Amino acid sequence: MYIQEDGTVLSNIKISETYYDMTVYSPKIAGCAKPGQFVNIKCGDDLLLRRPISICDCDGENFRLVYENRGAGTSMLTRLITGDNLDILGPLGNGVFPTGVSRVLLVGGGCGAAPLLFAAKKNNECSAVLGFRTCKNAVLTDDFYSVCENLLIATDDGTMGASGTVERPVNLLLEKHKFSYIFACGPRPMLKAVSIIAKRHSIPCYISTEERMACGVGACLCCAIKTKSDKETYSHVCKDGPVFEAGQIVLED
Amino acid sequence: MIDMSVEIAGVKLKNPVLTASGTFGFGREYAELYDLSKLGAIAVKGLTSEPRNGNPPPRIAETPMGMINSVGLQNPGIKSFIENEIPFLRKFDTKIIANVSGNTVSDYVSITEIASSSDIDFIELNISCPNVKAGGMAFGTGAASVGNLVAEVRKVCKKPLIVKLSPNVTDICEIARAAEASGADALSLINTILAMKIDINTRRPVLKNNVGGLSGRAVFPIAVRMIWQVKNCVNLPVIGMGGVSTGADAVEMMLAGADAVAVGSVMFSDPYTPIKVIDGIHGYLEKHGFNKASDIIGAVNVY
Ligand SMILES: Cc1cc2nc3c(=O)[nH]c(=O)nc-3n(C[C@H](O)[C@H](O)[C@H](O)COP(=O)(O)OP(=O)(O)OC[C@H]3O[C@@H](n4cnc5c(N)ncnc54)[C@H](O)[C@@H]3O)c2cc1C
Ligand SMILES: Cc1cc2nc3c(=O)[nH]c(=O)nc-3n(C[C@H](O)[C@H](O)[C@H](O)COP(=O)(O)O)c2cc1C
Repeated sequence: MYIQEDGTVLSNIKISETYYDMTVYSPKIAGCAKPGQFVNIKCGDDLLLRRPISICDCDGENFRLVYENRGAGTSMLTRLITGDNLDILGPLGNGVFPTGVSRVLLVGGGCGAAPLLFAAKKNNECSAVLGFRTCKNAVLTDDFYSVCENLLIATDDGTMGASGTVERPVNLLLEKHKFSYIFACGPRPMLKAVSIIAKRHSIPCYISTEERMACGVGACLCCAIKTKSDKETYSHVCKDGPVFEAGQIVLED
Repeated sequence: MIDMSVEIAGVKLKNPVLTASGTFGFGREYAELYDLSKLGAIAVKGLTSEPRNGNPPPRIAETPMGMINSVGLQNPGIKSFIENEIPFLRKFDTKIIANVSGNTVSDYVSITEIASSSDIDFIELNISCPNVKAGGMAFGTGAASVGNLVAEVRKVCKKPLIVKLSPNVTDICEIARAAEASGADALSLINTILAMKIDINTRRPVLKNNVGGLSGRAVFPIAVRMIWQVKNCVNLPVIGMGGVSTGADAVEMMLAGADAVAVGSVMFSDPYTPIKVIDGIHGYLEKHGFNKASDIIGAVNVY
């Protein structure tokens, strides 16, 4: 079930060098969103395609998006101000993060942290490792700090937390604590590395994936992602995902 | 009361607005938003005899006022369509167009035979898909091969036969005439225009298939021109498509000669577009004092 809703921007704040944090009043979509789901947003009249953004947090009436200013669509979003209208399709995605479980390790890279915050709030005893390029782009750390038992940060340039990728801090937490699940969202190489670690520890792992997308609802079949099977078959990020069990799909570069 | 109905090859559509193949799946996703009975007809995703997996991703690139896709006819196969999708679509009061493809002439013949025996209203022969290695557009770009294919398919086709033309040709009229001479009941155009987009930072094509088909508002004027040309060289109903996004666009296409219009990629931006286009055509007819939608077909007063 999804709908089209005209939401209202409540706030839209620059929170780092390239990231923005937007809260949208959208009671119908926010009323039924689940962690891992996303919204497909119309970004002006000149762009044919909507832009998919994960729901970062949701209180039943409003939802929150944390997005990176990357190109024409997201830069249009940065210019919205309080009271502006937002044409949204959502909540989208049937593959979602489990909820109501305990001892979850959340691993986020860049804007991949966004959907994991919502997941953290709907599960118990979560810990998180967040990776960013640099401290200037570290976002959502306070939010995760307030809902997680452990929080470790890694930056590529070492300006905050551990230097390098999320792998070392992830292994560190896995050595010290027992986890029942790993949830990950971020760049492909990170998802690959986390899937391998999870497999080594025999921990069920759910990953949120991205592909270039058009309709967002499963009609056009553009956002194909390779499925693990003997034959070459594809699932679709918008309808079957965006969250998959790590063993279900092939993460290609 | 304005009569919105139009007739294509003896079949009455309640209004002239359709959905374009490949942009509306089998209707299920958009049935969550509105009643599919509002539509004149639904052209379903391109079907093949066997299930097809389609091309590797990325399958899509955005371009100014448009997009390039290389989905490559991913579909569950004709058997699954008949078993699982027709019963769903028949719950709605609209016409069903089965869009079919093949790799060889005998493929096209066998899928048409199966599809036209099932509970559908039209066969749309896709001889214009730019995203498959064999078949597709390879059949649609030469008059002789179009003539031969349509003639073979015609022999087994028990439903009105629409032939979907490729814009990737030098002379669209030559192809249209070949389809007409071999027994097509109607023509639809345009399919996507072969196109390419390169990421200048990686210096690689955005699409894994390197090239794909351009659609969306960017192609609209080309579609209007081709519809007008085709309408002037054959005596067949024409279903127009290519970048239709408003009622005004649909009216323009109908003035050029389209008996009906299909909404495609613009659906991705606004899924309610077909409904808005129906209302837009109605509003135009009302404002300009026409009693019937069919009054504006081919009504452009050219110089
Ligand atoms: C299910 C899903 C959830 C997402 N959630 C978030 C989120 O919470 N926060 C966030 O910042 N971003 C998220 N994204 C990525 C976001 O959709 C893209 O960054 C955005 O579409 C770029 O649009 P643009 O017009 O600004 O950039 P464009 O000019 O379109 O492109 C700029 C760059 O972004 C890349 N890009 C474009 N479209 C996509 C896409 N669909 N997926 C991945 N990369 C793309 C291009 O390769 C290009 O390098 C998500 C993507 C998906 C598929
Ligand atoms: C994602 C996508 C998939 C398509 N798949 C098919 C198909 O399976 N069969 C077909 O005949 N045309 C297919 N088309 C072409 C459309 O039906 C239509 O002819 C074309 O896109 C032009 O219309 P538009 O600009 O309104 O999209 C597809 C187009 C798109 C964008």
